[in-house]
Amino acid sequence: MTGADHRKIARTAAAIGIATGTYGISFGVLSVAAGLTLAQTCAMSLLVFTGASQFAAVGVLGAGGSAAAAIAPALLLAGRNALYGLSLVGVLRGRPASRAAQAQLVIDETTAMARAQDDAATARFAFLTTGISVFVCWNAGTALGAVAGRGLANPAALGLDAMFPATVLVPLTAAGVPILASALGVVAGLVARRRASG
Amino acid sequence: MSWTALLLLAAGSYALKAVGPVVVGRRPMPAGAIEVLELLSIPVLAGLVAVQTLNSGGELVVDARVPAMAVAGVLVWRRAPFLVVVFAAAGTAALLRLLA
Repeated sequence: MTGADHRKIARTAAAIGIATGTYGISFGVLSVAAGLTLAQTCAMSLLVFTGASQFAAVGVLGAGGSAAAAIAPALLLAGRNALYGLSLVGVLRGRPASRAAQAQLVIDETTAMARAQDDAATARFAFLTTGISVFVCWNAGTALGAVAGRGLANPAALGLDAMFPATVLVPLTAAGVPILASALGVVAGLVARRRASG
Repeated sequence: MSWTALLLLAAGSYALKAVGPVVVGRRPMPAGAIEVLELLSIPVLAGLVAVQTLNSGGELVVDARVPAMAVAGVLVWRRAPFLVVVFAAAGTAALLRLLA
């Protein structure tokens, strides 16, 4: 791994942080609109720290669902982090306490960045820089959105819901054709399910 | 949402993340299993991109997110900088919704 590789990874990690911070703002807005307090909104981003689950939970609460109805889909979505963590066993090194801290950073963005590297040492560097960058920005964005609250425009009107898939798409394309094939497979599955239920 | 419910969600989320790095940790895993898991994480991420682009409340929906991802795809192919890709995707979706 050269210094140039390091700098390129660090730049991408910072950019992913900026993007994540932006839709962190939209999470903060939606969360307080769904009835969570400022403290609860910030605590959720710090402690749960997995965006899709957080959006799912506040989505259910905002629609008037119970806490139990909000937790179930959120945990189901978070199940993929278990797979990511297992796939990163060779990348996440260190003492037990250090690995316990790194576990909190096991999310889509860090896994995608780690997977895009050729060797374990580079993957580890990519995981940590992306994890720290996203953690700081996601929590800062959440706090900002929660404080600004409903004063901000509707996040969807700003296209913020299109930012997350684009964020994951970029590191993923390093893997090329298998990605396109699996993405098409998912679409085929969705179509088949709609046919079956309709 | 009560604090108890919130902390339950946090504990559950962390437990899932910790299965690999903490529970398995440094224990050796069969080489085949690691290979399968590493390969599996890629289609899971790709599936996530597809679901986040096309899903709306459990329904397959084609809305402003689809052209937004098409724009992102072209920009990735043209090797545009990361932030250009991401904000162009957001801008495309925002513009189409403004016009709709």
